[in-house]
Amino acid sequence: MSEEIKVDKVMDLKGLPCPMPVVKVSKGIKEIEVGQVIEAQTTDPGALTDFPAWARTSGNEILKTDQDGKVITFFIKRNA
Amino acid sequence: MKKNDLETQFAELKTKVETLSAESAENKLSMIVFSGDMDKVLASLIIASGAVAMGMDVVMFFTFWGTPILRDKGKKVGGKDLMGTMFGAMLPKGACNVKLSKMNMGGMGTAMMKSLMKKKNVASVEEMLAVAGELGVQIYVCEMSMDLMGFKREEMIAYPNMDFCGVATFLEEAKNSKIQLFI
Repeated sequence: MSEEIKVDKVMDLKGLPCPMPVVKVSKGIKEIEVGQVIEAQTTDPGALTDFPAWARTSGNEILKTDQDGKVITFFIKRNA
Repeated sequence: MKKNDLETQFAELKTKVETLSAESAENKLSMIVFSGDMDKVLASLIIASGAVAMGMDVVMFFTFWGTPILRDKGKKVGGKDLMGTMFGAMLPKGACNVKLSKMNMGGMGTAMMKSLMKKKNVASVEEMLAVAGELGVQIYVCEMSMDLMGFKREEMIAYPNMDFCGVATFLEEAKNSKIQLFI
Protein backbone atom coordinates (compact mmCIF):
# COMPACT_ATOMS: atom_id res chain seq x y z
CA MET A 1 0.00 0.00 0.00
CA SER A 2 2.74 2.44 0.97
CA GLU A 3 4.32 1.97 -2.47
CA GLU A 4 1.20 3.47 -4.01
CA ILE A 5 1.47 6.80 -2.18
CA LYS A 6 3.68 9.25 -4.04
CA VAL A 7 5.58 11.30 -1.46
CA ASP A 8 6.66 14.82 -2.40
CA LYS A 9 8.40 15.81 0.83
CA VAL A 10 9.78 13.88 3.79
CA MET A 11 9.97 15.46 7.24
CA ASP A 12 12.06 13.89 9.97
CA LEU A 13 10.47 15.00 13.24
CA LYS A 14 11.89 12.16 15.32
CA GLY A 15 12.88 13.08 18.89
CA LEU A 16 10.79 16.25 18.92
CA PRO A 17 8.10 16.44 21.62
CA CYS A 18 4.84 18.41 21.63
CA PRO A 19 4.16 20.96 20.16
CA MET A 20 6.98 20.89 17.60
CA PRO A 21 5.80 18.02 15.34
CA VAL A 22 2.50 19.75 14.62
CA VAL A 23 4.11 23.21 14.41
CA LYS A 24 6.72 21.97 11.92
CA VAL A 25 4.33 19.94 9.80
CA SER A 26 1.96 22.90 9.54
CA LYS A 27 4.86 24.96 8.18
CA GLY A 28 6.09 22.14 5.94
CA ILE A 29 2.73 21.57 4.30
CA LYS A 30 2.72 25.15 3.05
CA GLU A 31 5.88 24.34 1.11
CA ILE A 32 4.16 21.73 -1.07
CA GLU A 33 1.36 22.22 -3.58
CA VAL A 34 -2.29 21.34 -2.90
CA GLY A 35 -2.72 17.66 -3.73
CA GLN A 36 0.90 16.77 -2.91
CA VAL A 37 1.88 14.52 0.00
CA ILE A 38 4.18 14.87 3.02
CA GLU A 39 5.66 11.89 4.79
CA ALA A 40 6.17 12.93 8.43
CA GLN A 41 8.09 10.70 10.81
CA THR A 42 7.71 11.29 14.55
CA THR A 43 8.48 9.53 17.79
CA ASP A 44 5.93 11.53 19.82
CA PRO A 45 3.19 9.07 20.92
CA GLY A 46 0.82 12.04 21.34
CA ALA A 47 1.03 12.57 17.59
CA LEU A 48 -1.29 9.60 17.07
CA THR A 49 -4.19 11.73 18.26
CA ASP A 50 -2.65 15.15 17.56
CA PHE A 51 -1.98 14.74 13.85
CA PRO A 52 -5.56 13.69 13.02
CA ALA A 53 -6.89 16.60 15.13
CA TRP A 54 -4.55 19.00 13.35
CA ALA A 55 -5.51 17.59 9.93
CA ARG A 56 -9.25 17.90 10.63
CA THR A 57 -8.89 21.49 11.82
CA SER A 58 -6.54 22.63 9.10
CA GLY A 59 -8.50 20.85 6.36
CA ASN A 60 -5.76 18.44 5.31
CA GLU A 61 -5.99 14.68 4.97
CA ILE A 62 -4.07 11.84 6.55
CA LEU A 63 -3.92 9.16 3.90
CA LYS A 64 -2.15 6.57 5.98
CA THR A 65 -0.50 6.03 9.37
CA ASP A 66 2.31 3.53 9.88
CA GLN A 67 3.83 2.50 13.16
CA ASP A 68 7.19 0.78 13.34
CA GLY A 69 8.40 0.45 16.91
CA LYS A 70 8.60 3.97 18.30
CA VAL A 71 8.46 5.65 14.92
CA ILE A 72 5.07 6.77 13.68
CA THR A 73 4.83 7.80 10.04
CA PHE A 74 2.02 9.88 8.63
CA PHE A 75 1.25 10.39 4.97
CA ILE A 76 -0.52 13.72 4.76
CA LYS A 77 -2.12 15.17 1.66
CA ARG A 78 -2.36 18.93 1.40
CA ASN A 79 -5.99 19.81 0.75
CA ALA A 80 -6.05 23.37 2.01
CA MET B 1 -45.33 35.71 -3.94
CA LYS B 2 -44.76 38.98 -5.73
CA LYS B 3 -41.40 39.96 -7.12
CA ASN B 4 -41.30 43.05 -4.90
CA ASP B 5 -41.85 41.00 -1.75
CA LEU B 6 -39.05 38.67 -2.70
CA GLU B 7 -36.71 41.56 -3.32
CA THR B 8 -37.53 43.08 0.08
CA GLN B 9 -37.02 39.74 1.81
CA PHE B 10 -33.75 39.23 -0.01
CA ALA B 11 -32.51 42.66 1.06
CA GLU B 12 -33.50 41.95 4.66
CA LEU B 13 -31.70 38.62 4.63
CA LYS B 14 -28.62 40.19 3.12
CA THR B 15 -28.48 42.80 5.89
CA LYS B 16 -28.93 40.08 8.51
CA VAL B 17 -26.14 37.94 7.09
CA GLU B 18 -23.82 40.93 6.93
CA THR B 19 -24.54 41.86 10.56
CA LEU B 20 -24.08 38.26 11.70
CA SER B 21 -20.80 37.76 9.91
CA ALA B 22 -19.50 41.03 11.32
CA GLU B 23 -20.39 39.87 14.83
CA SER B 24 -19.17 36.27 14.55
CA ALA B 25 -15.91 35.33 16.18
CA GLU B 26 -12.75 35.16 14.13
CA ASN B 27 -10.59 32.05 14.04
CA LYS B 28 -8.49 33.52 16.80
CA LEU B 29 -7.16 32.63 20.26
CA SER B 30 -6.75 35.33 22.88
CA MET B 31 -4.77 34.51 25.96
CA ILE B 32 -3.93 36.38 29.14
CA VAL B 33 -0.60 35.36 30.61
CA PHE B 34 -0.92 36.53 34.20
CA SER B 35 1.39 33.95 35.74
CA GLY B 36 5.13 34.33 35.88
CA ASP B 37 5.72 30.64 36.65
CA MET B 38 7.89 28.78 34.20
CA ASP B 39 5.52 25.84 33.80
CA LYS B 40 2.45 27.96 33.21
CA VAL B 41 4.15 30.32 30.77
CA LEU B 42 5.57 27.33 28.89
CA ALA B 43 2.07 25.84 28.65
CA SER B 44 0.70 29.13 27.32
CA LEU B 45 3.40 29.28 24.63
CA ILE B 46 2.83 25.65 23.64
CA ILE B 47 -0.90 26.33 23.26
CA ALA B 48 -0.12 29.50 21.27
CA SER B 49 2.19 27.77 18.81
CA GLY B 50 -0.18 24.82 18.49
CA ALA B 51 -3.03 27.20 17.71
CA VAL B 52 -1.03 28.82 14.90
CA ALA B 53 -0.35 25.33 13.53
CA MET B 54 -4.10 24.72 13.56
CA GLY B 55 -4.53 27.81 11.42
CA MET B 56 -5.57 30.28 14.12
CA ASP B 57 -4.41 33.82 14.77
CA VAL B 58 -3.00 34.14 18.28
CA VAL B 59 -2.84 37.12 20.59
CA MET B 60 -1.12 36.90 23.99
CA PHE B 61 -1.48 39.55 26.68
CA PHE B 62 1.27 39.54 29.27
CA THR B 63 0.21 41.18 32.47
CA PHE B 64 1.28 41.34 36.11
CA TRP B 65 3.67 38.48 36.99
CA GLY B 66 3.83 37.52 33.33
CA THR B 67 5.40 40.86 32.38
CA PRO B 68 8.98 40.22 33.67
CA ILE B 69 9.23 37.16 31.37
CA LEU B 70 9.60 39.58 28.47
CA ARG B 71 12.54 41.43 29.99
CA ASP B 72 15.89 41.09 28.26
CA LYS B 73 18.57 39.94 30.69
CA GLY B 74 21.23 41.58 28.56
CA LYS B 75 19.73 45.04 28.63
CA LYS B 76 20.41 47.55 31.37
CA VAL B 77 18.42 50.72 31.80
CA GLY B 78 19.06 53.53 34.20
CA GLY B 79 16.97 56.37 35.56
CA LYS B 80 14.62 54.24 37.69
CA ASP B 81 13.33 55.41 41.05
CA LEU B 82 13.95 53.43 44.26
CA MET B 83 10.84 51.23 43.95
CA GLY B 84 11.48 50.60 40.28
CA THR B 85 15.05 49.57 41.00
CA MET B 86 13.88 47.28 43.82
CA PHE B 87 11.21 45.62 41.71
CA GLY B 88 13.65 45.34 38.85
CA ALA B 89 16.11 43.51 41.07
CA MET B 90 13.58 41.21 42.75
CA LEU B 91 11.56 40.15 39.73
CA PRO B 92 12.94 37.67 37.20
CA LYS B 93 14.96 39.23 34.45
CA GLY B 94 13.73 37.37 31.42
CA ALA B 95 12.50 33.91 30.56
CA CYS B 96 15.65 32.12 31.75
CA ASN B 97 15.07 33.39 35.29
CA VAL B 98 11.60 32.03 35.93
CA LYS B 99 10.75 29.36 38.49
CA LEU B 100 8.42 26.39 38.62
CA SER B 101 5.06 26.97 40.31
CA LYS B 102 5.55 23.79 42.33
CA MET B 103 8.60 21.92 43.59
CA ASN B 104 10.93 24.86 43.10
CA MET B 105 12.82 23.87 46.29
CA GLY B 106 14.95 27.00 46.42
CA GLY B 107 15.75 26.74 42.72
CA MET B 108 16.85 23.11 42.82
CA GLY B 109 13.58 21.80 41.42
CA THR B 110 13.61 24.32 38.59
CA ALA B 111 17.21 23.47 37.72
CA MET B 112 16.37 19.76 37.69
CA MET B 113 13.33 20.37 35.51
CA LYS B 114 15.39 22.45 33.09
CA SER B 115 18.01 19.73 32.70
CA LEU B 116 15.29 17.12 32.29
CA MET B 117 13.63 19.24 29.61
CA LYS B 118 16.91 19.56 27.78
CA LYS B 119 17.45 15.80 27.94
CA LYS B 120 13.96 15.14 26.62
CA ASN B 121 14.27 17.79 23.94
CA VAL B 122 11.40 19.88 25.37
CA ALA B 123 11.74 23.50 24.29
CA SER B 124 12.50 26.08 26.99
CA VAL B 125 10.43 29.23 27.57
CA GLU B 126 13.06 31.26 25.70
CA GLU B 127 13.03 28.88 22.75
CA MET B 128 9.23 28.82 22.68
CA LEU B 129 9.17 32.63 22.68
CA ALA B 130 11.40 32.55 19.61
CA VAL B 131 9.09 29.99 17.95
CA ALA B 132 6.04 32.14 18.77
CA GLY B 133 7.75 35.17 17.24
CA GLU B 134 8.57 33.21 14.09
CA LEU B 135 4.98 32.00 13.82
CA GLY B 136 3.61 35.51 14.04
CA VAL B 137 2.03 35.32 17.49
CA GLN B 138 1.10 38.84 18.54
CA ILE B 139 2.21 39.82 22.04
CA TYR B 140 0.68 42.70 23.97
CA VAL B 141 2.22 43.87 27.21
CA CYS B 142 0.10 45.47 29.89
CA GLU B 143 1.17 49.09 30.13
CA MET B 144 -0.09 49.38 33.71
CA SER B 145 2.03 46.42 34.90
CA MET B 146 5.05 47.93 33.18
CA ASP B 147 4.48 51.22 34.96
CA LEU B 148 3.69 49.57 38.31
CA MET B 149 6.84 47.46 38.31
CA GLY B 150 8.92 50.28 36.91
CA PHE B 151 9.87 48.46 33.69
CA LYS B 152 10.92 50.48 30.68
CA ARG B 153 10.21 49.50 27.09
CA GLU B 154 13.94 49.62 26.37
CA GLU B 155 14.57 46.68 28.71
CA MET B 156 12.14 44.32 26.97
CA ILE B 157 13.20 41.62 24.51
CA ALA B 158 13.32 42.32 20.78
CA TYR B 159 10.18 40.36 19.90
CA PRO B 160 8.92 40.84 16.32
CA ASN B 161 5.26 41.60 17.13
CA MET B 162 5.16 43.26 20.51
CA ASP B 163 2.99 46.20 21.47
CA PHE B 164 1.96 47.83 24.72
CA CYS B 165 -1.67 48.27 25.62
CA GLY B 166 -4.41 48.30 28.22
CA VAL B 167 -7.47 46.23 29.02
CA ALA B 168 -9.61 47.58 26.18
CA THR B 169 -7.27 46.17 23.54
CA PHE B 170 -7.47 42.75 25.15
CA LEU B 171 -11.25 42.86 25.42
CA GLU B 172 -11.63 43.88 21.80
CA GLU B 173 -9.46 40.95 20.73
CA ALA B 174 -11.13 38.52 23.16
CA LYS B 175 -14.59 39.55 21.98
CA ASN B 176 -13.68 38.59 18.43
CA SER B 177 -11.93 35.35 19.38
CA LYS B 178 -13.28 31.82 19.36
CA ILE B 179 -11.13 30.87 22.32
CA GLN B 180 -10.13 32.95 25.32
CA LEU B 181 -7.79 31.64 28.00
CA PHE B 182 -6.45 33.01 31.27
CA ILE B 183 -3.20 31.47 32.46
